[in-house]
Amino acid sequence: MRIYALAVYLFLYIPIGIIALFSFNAGKHASQFTGFSLQWYGKALGNPFVTEAFQTSLIVAAVSALLATVFGTMAALALQSVKGRLRVAFDALIYVAVMVPGIVIGIATLIALVTVFDWLNPTLAALWPVADAAPQLSLGYGSLIAAHGLFSMALVIIIVRARIAGMDRSLIEASADLGATPWGTFRQVTLPQIFPGILAGFLLAFTFSFDDFIIAFFVAGSQTTLPIYVFSSIRRGVTPEINAIGSMVLAVSLILLITAQLVLRRDRKA
Amino acid sequence: MLVLPLVVVFVFSFGERGPAGGYVPAFTFDNFLNLGTRWAAFKNTLVLAPVGTLACLLIAYPLAYFLAIRAGDRWKTLLLILVIVPFWTSILIRSYAWIFLLGGQGLPALLDSLGLGNPRLINTPFAVLVGIVYGYLPLMVFPIYVSLERLDKRLLEASSDLGCPPARTFLNVTLPLSMAGVATGCMLVFILLMGEFLIPAMLGGGKVFFVGNALVDLFLQSRNWAFGSAVAVALVLVMLVTVTAYMRATRRWAGGRDDVSLM
Repeated sequence: MRIYALAVYLFLYIPIGIIALFSFNAGKHASQFTGFSLQWYGKALGNPFVTEAFQTSLIVAAVSALLATVFGTMAALALQSVKGRLRVAFDALIYVAVMVPGIVIGIATLIALVTVFDWLNPTLAALWPVADAAPQLSLGYGSLIAAHGLFSMALVIIIVRARIAGMDRSLIEASADLGATPWGTFRQVTLPQIFPGILAGFLLAFTFSFDDFIIAFFVAGSQTTLPIYVFSSIRRGVTPEINAIGSMVLAVSLILLITAQLVLRRDRKA
Repeated sequence: MLVLPLVVVFVFSFGERGPAGGYVPAFTFDNFLNLGTRWAAFKNTLVLAPVGTLACLLIAYPLAYFLAIRAGDRWKTLLLILVIVPFWTSILIRSYAWIFLLGGQGLPALLDSLGLGNPRLINTPFAVLVGIVYGYLPLMVFPIYVSLERLDKRLLEASSDLGCPPARTFLNVTLPLSMAGVATGCMLVFILLMGEFLIPAMLGGGKVFFVGNALVDLFLQSRNWAFGSAVAVALVLVMLVTVTAYMRATRRWAGGRDDVSLM
């Protein structure tokens, strides 16, 4: 039984480990490890396409995670007061958003956005004061942030709500009894209590957006995120440079995940 | 937000392709009559999604059992986190790792040097299957673990006190009581596999493709949105039919479904 478990863990971690190991390979060929070197990291970070894609990914992940956290937290708090059948419907929709295959979300978002843009662009052009200078709405940063924000919001709602459910409600009543305003209660009692949930939600939303390939593939327009760059370069062939980029992507998500876990767990013990 | 796009896709599926791609309103069944040209994609999906789900289940169950019942309390949390962590890291990079491992310079070269022949592994159904198991194993382990963890351990003691051999205790007590988790896990993995794109795109190399790959091709490359929508509608219908049939079949032996939380 133990040996079996060990084998499964090896199966889960050896491929990741090999990518990380070979990213430090001095040799050009992916097959033989010929010595330790950081040259592929240097190559990757010196490649303007990589740095640009990395920057796009970071901006999209940061902004969409921030929006998802703010609106997700508000939604989680608001859902507290929703009861009965409506609540069941909301809960079901949130789980659907998390569980639907990415490709369906990608296609649906692409079609919805393009349809809306087709309606809005002529109107915008007609209303714009300067002729022929009206901004054209198109796929890009905006649509990436919107699509990622919307779907990671569902994650934030689930995590923050679990936090709210575990909260001591009598503290809120006590605060109100002692004459605190609702805003004061929220700022001094509710917020500190659910903060670990909010922080963990933010980190997960960031990871979701940073790692996402399929939704971005559909709605990125002319923008290139890091996963899209990696996907298109893999199609051109496997190079040690991709090992380096892949290891960096894995490292970013691992650090964020471990932080999120620590935030949630340390607080649970306290 | 969630229902509207599906309605749009449904409407689009009766339309026609515009001269420069995109969509022109029309009412025609041509797109649905053309579905036969994408039969290979549907066939691959309908074979590899259930097989992949089953493979995940067979590998995941013993691990979940070990974690829930055999592992010591000190290690349990850490081991569980170690299962979930890969699920949250980029599936793109994890599939890439298998291109690296199964590609010509990886495992086949290793087998060759050991004198075991040089099989072609990459771009085969086998490679896609490995990618599927690798990608979705955590999603299967977790719900099974939850249902085994909730199981009242005293029932197991009672069974063995009453002289039941371990194998029969497992078959008569443990297995039936964990069926809810098994049903949830299979459902999650199966639904996600039906829409899979990345794993066949990376490890199938254009030879083993799913409906998801056909959809990406139709929407992003050949920009035939009307036909793409018809394929999407067909996929959703197939999913509805199989999932409903599956739920009917499982409701008999699985009481309630376990709620899944992945964090």
